[in-house]
Amino acid sequence: MADLSIEFAGIKSPNPFWLASAPPTDKAYNVERAFEAGWGGVVWKTLGEDPAAVNVSSRYSALYDHNGDVSGFNNIELITDRSLEINLQEITMVKKKWPDRAMIVSLMMPCEEEIWKDILEKVEKTGADGIELNFGCPHGMPERGMGAAVGQVPEYVEMVTRWCKTYSSLPVIVKLTPNITDIRFAARAAKKGGADAVSLINTINSITGIDLDQMAARPIVDGKSTHGGYCGPAVKPIALNMVAEIARDPETTGLPISGIGGIGNWHDAAEFMALGSGCVQVCTAAMIYGFDIVKEMKIGLSNWMDTKGYKKITDFQGMAVPNTTDWKYLNMNYKVIAEIDQDKCIGCGRCYSSCEDTSHQAIELTSLADGTNSFEVIDDECVGCNLCEITCPVDNCITMVKQPAEQPYMNWTEDPRNPHREVS
Amino acid sequence: MVTNTEKATSYSQQQLALDQMFKDINPALSARQAGIESSRCYYCYDAPCIKACPSKINIPSFIASIHSDDLTGAARTIYQENIMGGSCARVCPTEILCEQACVRNKEEEKAPVKIGLLQRHATDNATFEGHPFERAASTGKKVAVVGAGPAGLSCAHRLALLGNDVEVFEAESKAGGLNEYGIAKYKLTENFAQKEVDFILSIGGITLHTDTALGKDITLEQLKNDFDAVFLSIGLQDTQSLRLDNEDNADVINSVEYIKELRQATDLEQLSIPKDSAVVIGAGNTAIDIACQLKRLGTEEVTLVYRRGEEQMSATKHEQQIAKDHQVRIKTWSRPEQIHTDENGKLTGMSFRKTYLENGKLEDKAEQFDIDCSAIFKAVGQKLNYPEAEQLIPTISNGKIATFHNQLTSIDGVFAGGDCTGVGQDLTVEAVQQGKLAALAIQQQLNSSEVK
Repeated sequence: MADLSIEFAGIKSPNPFWLASAPPTDKAYNVERAFEAGWGGVVWKTLGEDPAAVNVSSRYSALYDHNGDVSGFNNIELITDRSLEINLQEITMVKKKWPDRAMIVSLMMPCEEEIWKDILEKVEKTGADGIELNFGCPHGMPERGMGAAVGQVPEYVEMVTRWCKTYSSLPVIVKLTPNITDIRFAARAAKKGGADAVSLINTINSITGIDLDQMAARPIVDGKSTHGGYCGPAVKPIALNMVAEIARDPETTGLPISGIGGIGNWHDAAEFMALGSGCVQVCTAAMIYGFDIVKEMKIGLSNWMDTKGYKKITDFQGMAVPNTTDWKYLNMNYKVIAEIDQDKCIGCGRCYSSCEDTSHQAIELTSLADGTNSFEVIDDECVGCNLCEITCPVDNCITMVKQPAEQPYMNWTEDPRNPHREVS
Repeated sequence: MVTNTEKATSYSQQQLALDQMFKDINPALSARQAGIESSRCYYCYDAPCIKACPSKINIPSFIASIHSDDLTGAARTIYQENIMGGSCARVCPTEILCEQACVRNKEEEKAPVKIGLLQRHATDNATFEGHPFERAASTGKKVAVVGAGPAGLSCAHRLALLGNDVEVFEAESKAGGLNEYGIAKYKLTENFAQKEVDFILSIGGITLHTDTALGKDITLEQLKNDFDAVFLSIGLQDTQSLRLDNEDNADVINSVEYIKELRQATDLEQLSIPKDSAVVIGAGNTAIDIACQLKRLGTEEVTLVYRRGEEQMSATKHEQQIAKDHQVRIKTWSRPEQIHTDENGKLTGMSFRKTYLENGKLEDKAEQFDIDCSAIFKAVGQKLNYPEAEQLIPTISNGKIATFHNQLTSIDGVFAGGDCTGVGQDLTVEAVQQGKLAALAIQQQLNSSEVK
């Protein structure tokens, strides 16, 4: 059986599944329940200066899929609303009771060196394994000069990271906000400041929907609302891209990454790891389904690793990074064509309407004598875009078939059709 | 369905007790179930379900509307093609129509979208301010419709919608036709047929004359003179005969008549219910309907006997399953041979001869058997009995009114549709479609006569 244990930025954990800093890690009661369920570690909900933050009533909203399951989740909750002292006491107690689990403390303080020095000393005394800097919270806190307000300015990221490395011996993980134009700048700044790792993504500025009766965005607080932070399965593609950007950036190569964003099962976790993540953090899935989901995540990842022959996480970590490149390096001479398996086709015609209306008119409809239709790909018209394969509701009915290569590999920089090609 | 003219019906205890015995066989979907079910529709291109629907309802469109919480839009899409979408959602044999055509039968899940139940969800829960459609400006034309069953009501509604004034003549005391008098009680519950009639009439421009029969109170000749066009939808009046001795015995009962009495009954006491054993002869949906209803009424043993096999039964597999679920015994390959009575003329039983097929021909076996019973219910098909007193009679072909292009009969200006004509399988939804097509054809004819 595969070994799921990891050492991430010097922090040991029995498995790579951590709970992200959020409501599930708000207090000892929740965190102990999580450890009982089998989570490898937690990032304790962000601590701040006293007096503690005060929250509003009505805090979450969601985007639902076809079946009514949550695909995107939005919150306007602030950092911990309990006193620093209680949090520190509970962290100390829980870590003592669960020594094998990773205990990371998330912090958010005003940008003053003395304040950081003071809190870092207190955190170190709890016995925690590391700290995570919350530079990402997109709602509420930035209005007070913290959270994303820091994360959006690389110079601030670097400065605060350096203070933390100066006044603490604990590994420092910098949590990055996705509410920027290029994630690499913040990651580079964290690295320059001495960060041991980055974690990403924090939540994305969002409005999940409008209540058309009240004419207000959800969640509604007495008829008014504010943008929140978006997470859940819908943000996974954005998170994966940002993880990949950092993993393949020469300036941050090798910087440990804790992947966050829409992870709900082992498959999602493996994808983040394939793009270089050394561990993953989960929140929305636990908030929707409860802590027990970690059971299937662990078993699933382990079983998959066994079938692939991977003994430990590092055996496949980052394997998809070299295959993630710039568009200009893709092979212009590679060609795939859609093929419809007539035995599997149920005749819904979705491939036809999508190709005919919105793509390349590469599917031919033939009306049969019995009143049904049959669909065939017109090979010469097919550009291999995958749209028909995507819209087809039947598994493996439409497949993209690789065509024999007529020419060797040639990318856009070498392509004679490129007016700006690099002449060799 | 919300109608302006919905009549307040106060139910007696007896009526409630009776309704309790005939609860809806196919209960409605909850909003949550409808949400999940509607998400299963693939929104097919050139959708097979539309092609399979005799009334050509745009099924993927109404399901998409349900899925986006627009039940009113969904219901309007249904009513656009089929104003009786509410009853069709309940009585259509969807298993041989839209749901059979659903592409989801072909994939591994092998389960069609529950189109009938979704249609019911939309029509039951849509809310309209008044009638969903507005009538076109008056054409000044008048059309007579004979028979207020599904074909007649559909035709009348479409004609009224197009701006014509319509008078509907109905021989019975209530409109609705077989929806009111003939459909199994557990398929159309809670006085649905009358609510639907009220809903249809709420468009305005339709005058209903009940207890007015063709050949008795009105004649086709007279209607032709008084109206710009006539639509005949008189249904079928007679039951086929078994051609056996003692068939005139009081306990050899016409199933259609019995269902009619049952549907109109307000108290169990009004019905004569065989206690120990009843035999049903036939293999169509009416045979299934009467057999199941007898079981619900408390008849101990109900045996449905058919001279051929299950494969040849015109009742669908789904209907046959309903009969089995009601613990109706089905005896196939058995031909009725004799009806037995005692010395007082009281019915005592029936003899059957076993049969088999040889080269497509039904042959007798030597084997015989008897079933003791106190009532026999005939459900061997209906036939047209065109009013004898009539002078002007359209051409009858194969026992039904012959129709030509666009539901036109042999008589100029006289159209026909529904069970009295020879097209289709006598389904409610087909009657609705024929009524609709006739209305469009009538409109076309009225328009062209205007030009002249």
